[in-house]
Amino acid sequence: MNIKYGISATFNSAKGIYDAAGQVRKAGYTNWECYTPMPVHGLDAQMGLGRSKVPCFTLAGGITGFFTGMLIVWYMNAFDYPLIVGGKPYFSPIYPFPVFYELTILFAAFGTLFGMFFLNRLPRHNHPVFEHPNFGRTGDDKFMVVIEVDDPKFDEQETTELLKGLGGKSITVIREPIE
Amino acid sequence: MSTVKTVSDQADPAILGKIKPAPWIDKPLVENKRNFHWVTEKICGIVERKTPVWWWWCFILALCIASFTGMGLVYLVSTGVGVWGNNNPVNWGWAIVNFVFWIGIGHAGTLISAVLCLLKQKWRTSINRASEAMTVFAVLCAGIFPLFHVGRVWFAWWLFPLPNSNAIWPQFRSPLEWDVFAVSTYATVSILFWYMGMIPDLAVIRDRAKETWRKYFYGVLSMGWRNANNHWRNFEMAYLLLAGLSTPLVLSVHTIVSFDFAVANLPGWHTTIFPPYFVAGAIFSGFGMVLTLLLPLRSLFGLHDLITQGHIDNICKITLATGTMVGYAYSMEFFIAWYGANSYESFAFINRAFGNYWWAYWVMVSCNVISPQLFWFKKIRENTPLVWIISIFVNIGMWFERFVIANTTLSRDFLPSSWGYYSPTVVDIFTFAGTFGFFSVLFLLFIRFLPLMPMAEVKMVMPQADPHGSKNH
Repeated sequence: MNIKYGISATFNSAKGIYDAAGQVRKAGYTNWECYTPMPVHGLDAQMGLGRSKVPCFTLAGGITGFFTGMLIVWYMNAFDYPLIVGGKPYFSPIYPFPVFYELTILFAAFGTLFGMFFLNRLPRHNHPVFEHPNFGRTGDDKFMVVIEVDDPKFDEQETTELLKGLGGKSITVIREPIE
Repeated sequence: MSTVKTVSDQADPAILGKIKPAPWIDKPLVENKRNFHWVTEKICGIVERKTPVWWWWCFILALCIASFTGMGLVYLVSTGVGVWGNNNPVNWGWAIVNFVFWIGIGHAGTLISAVLCLLKQKWRTSINRASEAMTVFAVLCAGIFPLFHVGRVWFAWWLFPLPNSNAIWPQFRSPLEWDVFAVSTYATVSILFWYMGMIPDLAVIRDRAKETWRKYFYGVLSMGWRNANNHWRNFEMAYLLLAGLSTPLVLSVHTIVSFDFAVANLPGWHTTIFPPYFVAGAIFSGFGMVLTLLLPLRSLFGLHDLITQGHIDNICKITLATGTMVGYAYSMEFFIAWYGANSYESFAFINRAFGNYWWAYWVMVSCNVISPQLFWFKKIRENTPLVWIISIFVNIGMWFERFVIANTTLSRDFLPSSWGYYSPTVVDIFTFAGTFGFFSVLFLLFIRFLPLMPMAEVKMVMPQADPHGSKNH
């Protein structure tokens, strides 16, 4: 059995999708997405999207790394097995600076990558949009707008007309196979 | 026009109308007005078409050379570190030289992918993926040497802060321990950055794949990426952040590598110039290696429209700039040795240039300071075979730089009774030579199975990617 996922329209240029995205948003749609072979500058604003939340994950990772570094040095060289080196204090935040500097960067990098995965809800190897017969071209040279059935404003007739009016080519209804 | 008179108006307003500023022409980053589809076909084609015969020959040859390292290490582990030429007083020998050499090579990859990204240098897009691959593989080669130099390699994990049966922890005041953190962080973050940048390109190959193994292989690696704008939004932010994190990382890694020397109280090593001097040298050697690798790739795969003469010019100019910085550092070391009026320090430097390793010093100076100066000339930058040969000189020179620093100081200890001389053994030579094979094996696998250039990023710098349709974007 199939259920409808959405209606797609293809555009041939970055300008095409940039203008179309603005119009789709003006028309009041909320559940829709643009598929492009590369990031198109200004498309976020056209779609009404704000800043990405990835930096929060980076910051959390960085802070964790910093304190992890401090903690291991203090625990290992000052608490669990106090080590006298050159008659200096067991712990100071200065001498192991490279250790927590590197761990801050390491954990922040992991936070960034996994934050990106989390916000993008990846890995996800199946998605209805992959059912589009020409989906592969969105990674090559085509730009695609997909308006989902779940959108409160979705109406097959009207949505198709809107996408056609914006200059969208090969309007396709994407169906999700359900077993 | 405002009615307020400015100084230039009063000076000679009439001339302003006559002056026409020279038009600024941006050289296209992708030549011959190629379109998006051409880029996809070109890059994916390298991965998708039948394995070229030359690839097999190179691969087999590289495997044979890599086996030298394998055999050298097996012999070392089964016999002892004595099979290397290290002695007392030259306890470090080639192990540290090779380690610093390979780590330095890696730095250009991070510089291209991270620093040039922050500086918005658009020309980096076509060369960053291969350079990042170079970074990752070079760091792997580097890791071999300190790992086996510890002697009993099966205890190398004691370097990490892990509980062991002796109930002792690492000593965090040691620069060698800082190195463990710096290098392992560097390797990890480089791999993360390299992999994350590759995800969209892996998805393109996945969507074009016909064979089942390809669909699975690239499908799993690409994590289900679907080119959605929402994905790109988070991806671009993450990319920028990783670039921002890698920049202080790359500077810190070679700084900490230089601390291995600079923190020791030995003449010739104990200088504050070491961190910047090492970082400049690392970038210099890395760009040399980028040229060594990319020029053959460019002609083998016909990538002249993507790696243009403009790209080669830029790489040559960075090599020239960093080579000159390295030359400045060499002369400044001599100046400070004299100006500091420390007799041990001045002896170390006179010995460096005219002592027991004088030949190594002059190989270093001629390769690192003199040979890149040829890049001042446009004629030479446009002569690709010559650029390639100079890049080899840069690689040789930078290896000798580390040899000179490590060995001249150690072989001439404070007391003449403890002086010594270091020569490598056959095992040293073969183990090091083999790492070039190991590096080539990994690099050949990379160009065969992974996208050589970031397609999405190359497309972004093409005029068609501008949503406002302007030609001179």
